[in-house]
Amino acid sequence: MAASDTNKPVVAQRGDPNSMYESVKDAAMAALLAGVLGFFFIGIRTDIAPGGLDLKMRWGAWIVAILVVFAGRLLLNLFVYKTRTPVTRSLSSGLPGSENTLAQVGKWLKWGLLAFAVVLPFFFTIFFPSRDRQFIDLAILIMTYIMLGWGLNIVVGLAGLLDLGYVAFYAVGAYSFALMAQYFDFGFWLALPLAGLLAACWGLILGFPVLRLRGDYLAIVTLAFGEIIRVVLLNWYEFTNGPDGISGIPKPTFFGLELKRGEGGFADFFGIAYDPIQRFIFLYYIIFILALITNFVTMRLRRLPIGRAWEALREDEIACRSLGINTRNTKLTAFAIGAMFGGFAGSFFATRQGFISPESFTFLESAIILAIVVLGGLGSQIGVVIAAVVMIGGIEMLRNLGFLQQVFGSGFDPAQYRMLIFGLAMVLIMVWKPRGLISTREPSAVLKERKRIGADMVAQGEGH
Amino acid sequence: MEYFLQQLINGLTLGSIYGLIAIGYTMVYGIIGMINFAHGDVFMIGAFIALAMFLILTTVLGFTFLPVVLLIVLIVSMLFTSAWGWTVERLAYRPLRGSFRLAPLITAIGMSIVLQNFVQITQGARVKPLPPQIRGGVTLMQGSTENGTILVQLSYMQMIIIFTTIVLMAGFTLLISRTPLGRAQRACEQDRKMASLLGINVDRTISLTFVMGAALAAVAGLMFVLLYGVIDFYIGFLAGVKAFTAAVLGGIGSLPGAMLGGLLIGLIEVFWSGYFSVEYKDVAAFSILAIVLIFLPSGLLGQPEVEKV
Repeated sequence: MAASDTNKPVVAQRGDPNSMYESVKDAAMAALLAGVLGFFFIGIRTDIAPGGLDLKMRWGAWIVAILVVFAGRLLLNLFVYKTRTPVTRSLSSGLPGSENTLAQVGKWLKWGLLAFAVVLPFFFTIFFPSRDRQFIDLAILIMTYIMLGWGLNIVVGLAGLLDLGYVAFYAVGAYSFALMAQYFDFGFWLALPLAGLLAACWGLILGFPVLRLRGDYLAIVTLAFGEIIRVVLLNWYEFTNGPDGISGIPKPTFFGLELKRGEGGFADFFGIAYDPIQRFIFLYYIIFILALITNFVTMRLRRLPIGRAWEALREDEIACRSLGINTRNTKLTAFAIGAMFGGFAGSFFATRQGFISPESFTFLESAIILAIVVLGGLGSQIGVVIAAVVMIGGIEMLRNLGFLQQVFGSGFDPAQYRMLIFGLAMVLIMVWKPRGLISTREPSAVLKERKRIGADMVAQGEGH
Repeated sequence: MEYFLQQLINGLTLGSIYGLIAIGYTMVYGIIGMINFAHGDVFMIGAFIALAMFLILTTVLGFTFLPVVLLIVLIVSMLFTSAWGWTVERLAYRPLRGSFRLAPLITAIGMSIVLQNFVQITQGARVKPLPPQIRGGVTLMQGSTENGTILVQLSYMQMIIIFTTIVLMAGFTLLISRTPLGRAQRACEQDRKMASLLGINVDRTISLTFVMGAALAAVAGLMFVLLYGVIDFYIGFLAGVKAFTAAVLGGIGSLPGAMLGGLLIGLIEVFWSGYFSVEYKDVAAFSILAIVLIFLPSGLLGQPEVEKV
């Protein structure tokens, strides 16, 4: 950013950077680059044919791609980049743009979202009776990611430890419950705390040796740990059933009542008509309460000495050590508590799916959870919620783009583009708001007056 | 003994490929301090370009003389992959220059997802096989065991890979230590702000670092296609993680470290699969990484980080 500012006067001497000529030239460069990049991928397609690979030229698609890039870049240049009156300026002044007002909005937004989350299942059953099941299922999924995001937020957002293998704890939680159910016939409620404890233990086991490492070294070891867990689950066939996964995981019960049709079920006991949606609503409330517990514990921990120590550690490890904080134990607790919530979410995932396999615990999951935390704004609880709704809700919405098929013809499958758009959204949101959607981070402990400036912002040259 | 030697040769070959990818990670990390997660996918892009170019030359244009074909494929795929590397940096990392540490990491992961899915959509999800092009080799040793004779073979393909890697490594070491570009890179590595005050175009230097990393990844991609003969859109992830592991193992930011780490990871993987079990070769590589880092927290050849207060 700084570099482009310094370049401006130089360009101005050569000619008006905002002229039409410059815009077209820039767009032509972009189109040329697109042509080079796309040649081997859009222009050519290799396919398996009898007797080796077959090469197919797709000049049409290639030229269309170049033209699309040219037109897109030209429009952007004319209206945003190379004009004195960018349209985005009027857009952003229309919105409550400044960070402070956004934080103000966040305060009541929090309660609004909470109220909506409480009544959500009934909202959908009343207003969308035909698709309520689908919507509640989506809400359960989003809520699971919110919980995972909050759990990881303790590690990354509060303690500042970059964990790229969080999915390992999710997997440990899911497999602990599945295996306990399989071998010892444990129910969900008995297994849930045990799964959390086991995940926390794994957090300690992993954390103990590696916490001497700093920053990115820690990141790669946690990533490696996530892969190790997945590979072991995949190959330990006798114990975990390998790639076939474990099925028939029991459903949770409501104080001993199963949510099933007929005698002795939940509906029978309360004398109401059985409806399969009841099980979805029940699952929704379980994950909702689990997520709320995660949030509540985090908020309270931030006020305890240990939470203060986490935040201090995030800001400056050396200062922490010189003030007599035991950094190793502080890091370990953050790791273990974050892992524990991952484990809870994992066992919920297992009971919701009824079937788990190592497929569900790839690095992509870790990346998505980390993206939710960072896109939401590190350390911001409400940011995680917004990011989870946007990203996870967004991906699921992309499944329903059937109408595009009518536009582009039947050979066009919009579901294919889901992850492509997801990745692009990750890049664009980050470039648009590098500090996350909710970027104000108020320190929990303040001396005399509240300052908005954290150490990281000072490091960027702000707040001096 | 013969078995051991054969595994050693195989391990060195695999390690060379990892090492070439690892250099891209380590250079980028050295200069801007970020993990370029999309680098593994740039390697995958390189492999696809090499495959397509090879097919164009052999089936469409009808070239048959293999050394010339391979040379053209190498140059073309280095150039085109460099363009990809440059674009990734320009789109996803440059706007975040000077932002906090995790922001470019997230865009890098996003870019990695984008590249994988882009290739999956445009080229299909099925694997692309290429029959082995370079056959034959030299038999170095012949030994006999109770199961029969064991040959220690060094195939021409392996020779080419190891030779190319040595040449490229030598070239790169010279480039970094002797040329103005290398000097600019080292200056940016030490202090970006000071370097820009002294008249170094920091943005261009960083872009060139990405271009160089991508070019090496393209070489690795071509070798991967020729050695294994099968590629798909997902090869970048595992190769990338392994190469990054190699870079960290060798001490991130150090060029010889990256090569050493790559060779070690290749050897560990091959020996583990040869003597114990193929399934757990990744576990072995990652465990060794964890153990090394416990005792040498900044890798084998890395400089210990000096903390400035």
